[in-house]
Amino acid sequence: MLKQLFKFKGGVKPPTNKTQSTTLPIAGAPIPSRLVVPLHQSIGGTPRPVVQAGDTVLKGQLIGEADGWISAAVHAPTSGTVVDVGMYVQPHPSGLDAQCVVIEPDGRDQWIAHAPFDYAHATPDAVRHYLQQSGVVGLGGAVFPTHGKLTASKTVPMDELIINGAECEPFITCDDLLMRERAEDVVRGIGVFRDLLKPKKVLIGIEDNKPEAAAAMRAAVNALGEQFLVVQVPTLYPAGGAKQLIRVLTGKEVPASKRSTDLGVQCFNVATAYTAWCAIATGQPVISRLVTVSGNVQAPRNYEVLIGTPMGELLQLGQPHPDTDGIVMGGPMMGFLVPNDTVPVVKATNCLIAHSERLFPPKAPEMPCIRCGACAEACPHELQPFELYWNARARNFGKTQEFHIFDCIECGCCSFVCPSRIPLVQYFRFAKSEIWAREREKNAADEAKVRFEFKQYREEREKAEKAEKLAKAAAAQAAKKAAEAAAIAAVESPPETPAPAPTEATGNTPLPAVDPAQDAKKAAIAAAMARAKAQREAAQPKNTETLNADQARELADIEARRQQAGIVEARTAVPPPSDAATQKAE
Amino acid sequence: MDILLAIAIMALGAVVLGAALGYASIKFKVEGDPLVEKIEAILPQTQCGQCGYPGCKPYAEAIAKGECDINLCPPGGMEGVQRLADLLGREVKPLEAEEKPKQVAIIDENTCIGCTLCIQACPVDAIVGAAKQMHTIIAQQCTGCELCLPPCPVECIRMDTLTENIDNWKWKFPVIKIKPEARQAAPLEDAA
Repeated sequence: MLKQLFKFKGGVKPPTNKTQSTTLPIAGAPIPSRLVVPLHQSIGGTPRPVVQAGDTVLKGQLIGEADGWISAAVHAPTSGTVVDVGMYVQPHPSGLDAQCVVIEPDGRDQWIAHAPFDYAHATPDAVRHYLQQSGVVGLGGAVFPTHGKLTASKTVPMDELIINGAECEPFITCDDLLMRERAEDVVRGIGVFRDLLKPKKVLIGIEDNKPEAAAAMRAAVNALGEQFLVVQVPTLYPAGGAKQLIRVLTGKEVPASKRSTDLGVQCFNVATAYTAWCAIATGQPVISRLVTVSGNVQAPRNYEVLIGTPMGELLQLGQPHPDTDGIVMGGPMMGFLVPNDTVPVVKATNCLIAHSERLFPPKAPEMPCIRCGACAEACPHELQPFELYWNARARNFGKTQEFHIFDCIECGCCSFVCPSRIPLVQYFRFAKSEIWAREREKNAADEAKVRFEFKQYREEREKAEKAEKLAKAAAAQAAKKAAEAAAIAAVESPPETPAPAPTEATGNTPLPAVDPAQDAKKAAIAAAMARAKAQREAAQPKNTETLNADQARELADIEARRQQAGIVEARTAVPPPSDAATQKAE
Repeated sequence: MDILLAIAIMALGAVVLGAALGYASIKFKVEGDPLVEKIEAILPQTQCGQCGYPGCKPYAEAIAKGECDINLCPPGGMEGVQRLADLLGREVKPLEAEEKPKQVAIIDENTCIGCTLCIQACPVDAIVGAAKQMHTIIAQQCTGCELCLPPCPVECIRMDTLTENIDNWKWKFPVIKIKPEARQAAPLEDAA
């Protein structure tokens, strides 16, 4: 069956260097001396650690719980003891550290109790949740949580499901070997994705330099009676980029700032389909992956490696040549030198290349751009790398965005073809991270401004409220005083005037004071004294309601002593009003 | 007669255009000073008062009026001065105070006595706590303005410099080496 293929613009053909590592079948890497499992191994929220130092874990036990929907769980790759939950250097170009769970294997490799997932009777939501709990993420390199991509768009009909087996980067052969040896599980995994997304067509794209893999996949598709179409695409870097493969297989071009889902296309890596099926069929979460060990080694090969294995230990299996001076994670086009050889293998690690100057001679110094336009011809995204370069170099970041810097997939084609050996991608990465940093700063400043303005508004409001309250209290006080004065005046005045009741005196409207001011003052003082007296009389010793006999006696003793000392006058449990204070006041 | 007609036409034109202008001046009236807003957008909004004005907006207003220099904002750094100079067409001047790295305040929660003085001092409400209760700082909201340091009676607040982590790490500007250096990667232990 022939299918019409499309082309993407640009692309390069670097030496593939794939045959070295495909001669031997996949081997299992031994359990290393120590496993450092990073918690943040996928795009999205960092999983929360659920183990502590000193805990014993079994193989496949949950150690990091997914935080939010776009996040995937992390599991213990073998049984052993958790030695530490702390910060360790990551396989990241920055060489900075992040939270990891360190496990010392006990050598027994004992599985936690697990059972196959009842896929036939599960709802789609249950399957998605199960994949999240099993830590299934995109193993093509972007490590996007797979369950997040398994919901079809509600507005656009799902046309094509693309399975990416192109594996276009030089040196990397892990997907090739996976398809050769485990094609049936891959196809079953694709079946799961098909059931969830219900696409009209399923296309499996494999570069035509992997005929064995394509044949194995075709055989598996036929054996399982599926309607998937295995398509061999021309070998051209970066045909394995999601947008490029979609273009080649469907002719659809994913526009800038849109996702392929918006066009009714979804793309998954073959290894992702494989791990999804393994999780469903066996109940085993993602705790290992295939890694190609190649480059400056004597025995290049593909290994099934536990996540968290130190890269140095894994590279030793390939017997690196003595002049090896570093490890590249990923391929030579998009990979990077890891900070040291203790960093762990993570879910995104598809290949380790032993680096040596013989294999990758140091680049000659960068020369000025001669505006030849070779980079624009090579760019698979039809960008203008030279424009991006000038503006990024001049830190003219607004302009780089006008030239769509965020559409750049950092494939490295432009740097590969540049006759002046300009590290173009590095300039683009620099510009991108500067733009992101500015965006973060801008958001922080905006938020601070809003909070500052709100605080000022609140302070003003509180001030106003306080002033209003004070004014009200002052007005009430004045009214009360005037009312009291009037009441007393009324009492002192000839009896024919009816005395106003004291409750009326608390009314808001002050009664007009008819007496001279002197009288009013005197009356006010007298009233205040009367109030004080009444208060004193009302005062009682506290907590004396429920006394037992002992306590009452004790109290009486104390009173007696105080009386002897002449501190107070004799007092019964309910003291009579003492008039000493009143006398003093008079 | 012709001259009267001409005068009438001109007068009519003047009245119509005058009315249009009058209407436009009411309808399209610009609220506030757009220049102040532009300046404020450049300022880092730490509200720290290091410029001598009580907040970023008063400083922006002062710059717009030409009352003060553009180099008084240490948190904005030299980059801020540069951008203000570009906006206003003024000379770039070195910062008055020294530039500091970004900081965040940390309360030593064992020493805190719960006096609420820092809460009142914080310009962006980034401190939570209540009287006689422990206080703590919402690190994401903290602008590092240091305004909470002086009021603290027990000196339990310190400033920590924000360090790089994987999330906020930035790719560096590619440096052109005249002569290729020996690479910095750690050699493999057992390779030799």
